[in-house]
Amino acid sequence: MSMKGIRIEGLKKRYGSGDTAVDALKHVNMHVEAGEIVGLIGPSGSGKSTLLKCLGAVIEPTAGKMVLGSDIIYDNGWRVRDLRALRRDRIGFVFQAPYLIPFLDVTDNVALLPMLAGVSNAESRKRAMELLRELNVDHRAHAMPSKLSGGEQQRVAIARGLVNRPPVILADEPTAPLNSDRALTVIRLLNDMAQKFETAIIVVTHDEKIIPTFKRIYHIRDGVTYEEKGEGRSPTEMAT
Amino acid sequence: MISLAGRDIIHSWGKFVFTGFGLGLLIGITLSMAGIYRGMVDDARVLLDNSGADLWVVQKNTIGPYAEPSSLYDDTWREIRGMPGVKQVANITYLTMQVAKDGSDVRAMVAGISPGTPGTPGWPPLLVAGRHITRSHYEAVADVATGFKLGDVVRIRRNHYTVVGLTRRMVSSNGDPMIFIPLKDAQEAQFLKDNDAIRQQRRRTAANPAFNRPAVPGLLEAAVATQSVNPFVNAVLVQVASGHNPLTTATSIRRWKNLTVYTRAQMEEILVGKLIATSARQIFMFLVILSIVSSAIVAFIIYTLTQGKIREIAVLKLIGTKNRTIIALIMQQSMALGAIGFVVGKISATLFMAPIFPKYVLLLPLDSVIGFIAVMIICILASIISIRAALKVDPAEAIGG
Ligand SMILES: Nc1ncnc2c1ncn2[C@@H]1O[C@H](COP(=O)(O)OP(=O)(O)OP(=O)(O)O)[C@@H](O)[C@H]1O
Ligand SMILES: [Mg+2]
Repeated sequence: MSMKGIRIEGLKKRYGSGDTAVDALKHVNMHVEAGEIVGLIGPSGSGKSTLLKCLGAVIEPTAGKMVLGSDIIYDNGWRVRDLRALRRDRIGFVFQAPYLIPFLDVTDNVALLPMLAGVSNAESRKRAMELLRELNVDHRAHAMPSKLSGGEQQRVAIARGLVNRPPVILADEPTAPLNSDRALTVIRLLNDMAQKFETAIIVVTHDEKIIPTFKRIYHIRDGVTYEEKGEGRSPTEMAT
Repeated sequence: MISLAGRDIIHSWGKFVFTGFGLGLLIGITLSMAGIYRGMVDDARVLLDNSGADLWVVQKNTIGPYAEPSSLYDDTWREIRGMPGVKQVANITYLTMQVAKDGSDVRAMVAGISPGTPGTPGWPPLLVAGRHITRSHYEAVADVATGFKLGDVVRIRRNHYTVVGLTRRMVSSNGDPMIFIPLKDAQEAQFLKDNDAIRQQRRRTAANPAFNRPAVPGLLEAAVATQSVNPFVNAVLVQVASGHNPLTTATSIRRWKNLTVYTRAQMEEILVGKLIATSARQIFMFLVILSIVSSAIVAFIIYTLTQGKIREIAVLKLIGTKNRTIIALIMQQSMALGAIGFVVGKISATLFMAPIFPKYVLLLPLDSVIGFIAVMIICILASIISIRAALKVDPAEAIGG
């Protein structure tokens, strides 16, 4: 096991208690290497979002272990004190909807994260611009989010997820609102980023278009994960 | 770090400007209300200042002549004149009534002033046009606020007066403009009965055998004469000679005469503390209600704005924004709204409201400062509900189901 990436062992999450308790995660084992992108697939209600929330440190698991890089962040209890800082500095989020801040322009939507971490405005914007260029939306850098197309918004959201160079990116159905070409572009970008920044990326998806691109896939059913080899096709080739 | 509140305000400036404008009108009314109260206090002070008196001698056990009726014999002043420390004394009458001119009338306080020279207590200290009263009958000096002009002929009761002089800001404590007429005329006006009543009184007197004695010629005429003159005035105004303590003079007047005497400070206390106390309470209630309404508006607007941002707040929390930053976002918006409202309110109160209010509106800078602080406090308090709502937002909501 490398010292980078994500490792999850025997993770459990129970919502509620007593008669109404729901065991959303019963036994989750997972590992994602740095620079790797894996798919997380499962029927509705199988626990995908719950798993992302646990890993994203917004809900507390019930038991198990989560390791981020060389740090145990959860071991039957949180092992980090400042979960906000953990999210800010070490986890990137990309959602189904881009959820950009409507009153900030594209650059500042991305630059906000380093700013929150105390980086100067100028340096934050520089980092944002670099990523926007990388993701091919730099020509819209000063537009307001409402003036962007869905695909452009999603690319800005990806830039936001990446800007603090988090070792982990959690993406929940990032391609759901996009057509096939755009969906493959997003996946290609995530692939590129994973390699370039040595990021471990988990993509939750139902999207048949992108499933063949994963080299490894985790299936989740009733709160239990099963690992599977994927086709690992190149999104660039698939698009043509 | 950038100002999230500032960016949001710029982004949705329409909402802020419109709500700020509405709030501003409310704040403007609030400031005007406070200004009306200040104006009333100022009217009272101006009335006392302009009377030129240091002491007010009134009927025993009354708080006249402004706050209660008071009557004294019109020769009382002679005895007061001789007392130690007294420089000048003068009779005065006050009668608030409708004064007619060409079919319309204005409410005014008619002051009857003793014959004398400018500077006599009760006389208007300054004229902006014309001259002082020189004849002992049928001349008047009116305040410009009555709308009268030099040469106008006005009717007070049954007599006509020519306006020979004009004053400015000579008002009663109610804010009614003043009209000065000679004392004798004023006494008559106060006492005047209609012709029928006079005739009836004469008949009654004539029918009374005690007055109508054939053996005493002239008795009936004398009796009738005493009934048709008014030997009363409302107060005697006293000017104390320099170097004398008004309090000491007041004490000696009280000792020698069976009368009530008020100093300037006591008179002000009567006017401000008693005469306009009800109006002041009323205004205070208005201020309280307006403040509550304003806070409700601010709270509602900020709450609506915050509710519209729940998703963004969840995202901000998810990406690690500190609570402090989110609190600042909401509170700064609330305060910005208050600031816009205050500026609009201050401008509208100064430029539009104060000039059109019939009452004198005195906008004190200190009241504006207090108003601004109050608005800010209200806005901070009004944002608390929204802040609580925002802090309850679960960052997990940003991830969704
Ligand atoms: N806050 C909660 N309280 C109680 N039960 C919950 C809560 N959130 C999710 N669950 C339950 O946990 C199970 C897993 O839910 P989860 O949202 O993780 O599913 P999912 O795989 O993301 O489904 P979908 O594909 O529909 O988004 C479901 O049975 C769901 O009803
Ligand atoms: Mg889900």
